[in-house]
Amino acid sequence: MPDELFLAMRQSIIDGVPDRARELAQQWLADGVDPLEAVNFGFAVGIKFAGDQFGCGEMFLPDLLASAEAMKAAIKVLEPEMLKRGSQREALGKIVLGTARGDIHDIGKNLVATILSASGFQIFDLGTSVTPEAFVAKVKEVDADIVGVSALLTTTMAGQKAVIEALDRNGLRPRVKAIIGGAAVSSKWAAEIGADGFSRNAIDALELAKNLMGKGTASA
Amino acid sequence: MRPRTQLLSGDLIGRILREAFELLMSPGVRVGSAEVVELLQAAGVEVTDGVARLPETLVRKSLASAPRDFYLYNRRGEKAVHYGGDDVHFDPGSCCVQMLDPETLEARPSETRDLVRIVQVAETLPQFAAQSTAVVCNDAPSLIGDLYRLLVVLQHSDKPVVTGSFSAAGLQGMIDLLVADSGSAEKLRREPRAVFDVCPSPPLNWSEFGSHNLLDLAHAGVPAEIVAVPLAGGTAPVTLAGSVTQHAAEVLAGITLHQLAGAGSPVVWGGAPAIFDMRTGGAPMGAVETAMLNMACAEVGKHLGLPTHGYLVATDSKFVDAQAGAESARSAMLGALAGINMISGAGMIESLACHSVEKLVMDAEWIASAQRLARGIEVRGDDVSGASLATAMFAQTGLSGEFLKLKETRALFRQEQYLPSAVIDRSARGSEPPTDIFARARTRVDELASAYRKPSLAEDVLRKFQAIVEREADRAGVVAELPGN
Ligand code: B12
Repeated sequence: MPDELFLAMRQSIIDGVPDRARELAQQWLADGVDPLEAVNFGFAVGIKFAGDQFGCGEMFLPDLLASAEAMKAAIKVLEPEMLKRGSQREALGKIVLGTARGDIHDIGKNLVATILSASGFQIFDLGTSVTPEAFVAKVKEVDADIVGVSALLTTTMAGQKAVIEALDRNGLRPRVKAIIGGAAVSSKWAAEIGADGFSRNAIDALELAKNLMGKGTASA
Repeated sequence: MRPRTQLLSGDLIGRILREAFELLMSPGVRVGSAEVVELLQAAGVEVTDGVARLPETLVRKSLASAPRDFYLYNRRGEKAVHYGGDDVHFDPGSCCVQMLDPETLEARPSETRDLVRIVQVAETLPQFAAQSTAVVCNDAPSLIGDLYRLLVVLQHSDKPVVTGSFSAAGLQGMIDLLVADSGSAEKLRREPRAVFDVCPSPPLNWSEFGSHNLLDLAHAGVPAEIVAVPLAGGTAPVTLAGSVTQHAAEVLAGITLHQLAGAGSPVVWGGAPAIFDMRTGGAPMGAVETAMLNMACAEVGKHLGLPTHGYLVATDSKFVDAQAGAESARSAMLGALAGINMISGAGMIESLACHSVEKLVMDAEWIASAQRLARGIEVRGDDVSGASLATAMFAQTGLSGEFLKLKETRALFRQEQYLPSAVIDRSARGSEPPTDIFARARTRVDELASAYRKPSLAEDVLRKFQAIVEREADRAGVVAELPGN
């Protein structure tokens, strides 16, 4: 009964139980059905629900992270078969993330990465104190759609500008969008350095990224 | 008897330290700079893949060479802050990036004029034993922002300063400013005017930036305040006891690096531990558990006989409202009862991101109340009324109830009661409509700012300041001048 199985898949993600999600994914493959269906009607519905619940304060970070882990476990089982069938799940977009040069704050950036990846973006996290050159290299390597630069210090905000300039120098913009965030950053600063967007928190960052990919619920 | 809180039993402190020493061996401590690795290896410490394992004997040796107490001095060369024992001092929170505009009630980027106003107010209020480099000046070049803040404070204050640098390279210019102000490096070492906050990165990571600052401070003999920031559940164990253990390990590692670089150089067992908000990932500075963490971490430091520091009197509210008042007043009380030597955070809202000078004058009231509470109930008046608590006074009044007329009342009420400023409303309702605390705080800020007198600095000191600013601006590739008035 696929319907029941879909419900179980959703629930395994919402409950954040990787073992259960893995088991259900294996069961699905054993039946020889298109793995993409399991993602689209089962697991992905669960992670979307978890993300929404987190957004409205009903679920907490440890719950959300557990859901994300369960999602990863399911995808890991399904991925080889999806590749074989060429029915690759379409990512919302590829995002290169990092904290600006000289800055070691990463809690906010990690949160943004968690939410975006749980929602279907493919995230390449370069970590903290990242040079503009490293951002550019990664963007080229993975053919990214969006670059996100976090900065929490007034001294490292200049690093956000430097990344945008480096993208420009390499002729990567406007195709690649640049977004920024962090405690000291404002929409004024974003405008000043020509960023394509800015957000004050991870939930808004998701909306922003979707809008930039033309997949938002509202227009940018 | 001085009232004291105690959250940790002797047994629990023992366990915390045992596990902290275990953590220093396994998983060990990440160390970010080649210079630090060299220093550790020279001391016989094993460092593999950037991770050092610090044996208890070495850490204990560093603890033994760290001073039990030290003083910060004001510009007149007087002892103004005693780091040690159960003495409690307060300073405004440091390094906000925003300022709450009292007119619009909006947070906007902080500027030089904001820092000057905060310094003026804190200079005038006896509740603040020290100044801090309270906000960054967004109107000055950000690349030398740390240096510039300190300069503004030195130009406008005679009090000691709690400060910190934003990078490994930024520190030297700041120390040079202090040397210029003191007259010589030797004098600065003997009578330090400032203490520098230095943060490890949780968990158990002494990054290139933090460890470099520690070494440079130890070499200069300028006090270092190790501000470990475990966030319980996010960057540290979710249990308060677990986070206190991680905090201990991080500070112990810092003290070891620091003392290896300069044995006997002053260092503070400090911190800004907080819980981790499970909805936002933020660090709720006003949470009661955050206060508990600060108190408990200080207890461990006191057990080791070290000077202590904590981050309290701050709020997560975006306004100066009832939440701000409740959170700040509560933690001021708790910090004072914990006997923390330096309590930073007053004036701060929005989880350390924004400052309000109106809140600063309100916080001064909570601080004064906390200081009053910490003095406890004293038996006094023996000299005035003979050795009695009440009988000698009753011998004079009988049952008349005329205590207001007693010489004891007149002689002692100022010691018994803290007399609040007009920020606190205790008035009887009169013909004027009552005012709200924010309005009273605004008036008080204006009054304090007009009562303030700017210190006059010697011409040659100002010239040295100018030269340092130009040199550092040059190094950073920016143009900067000495801030005006
Ligand atoms: C925790 C913390 C630390 C921790 C960081 C741990 C870690 N692994 O990240 C530690 C202790 C290591 C630390 C160190 C320092 N810190 Co600090 N820190 C903080 C604190 C209290 C909270 C930051 C945080 O994690 N917030 C919670 C997260 C969830 O929020 P967030 O980062 O804003 O992220 C959200 C949004 O901004 C947005 N976002 C973030 N990034 C991005 C990116 C993109 C692309 C998008 C779209 C959105 C987005 O979404 C996020 C999720 O909702 C802030 C104060 C504050 N309230 O911001 C100070 C603060 C940022 N630190 C400050 C300072 C001064 C320092 C130090 C220099 C202190 C010192 N002297 O040692 C060092 C910096 C060293 C360095 N070179 O980087 C100052 C900055 C002042 C300034 N001039 O800029 C602040 C404001 C505190 C203060 N008043 O002193 N710090």
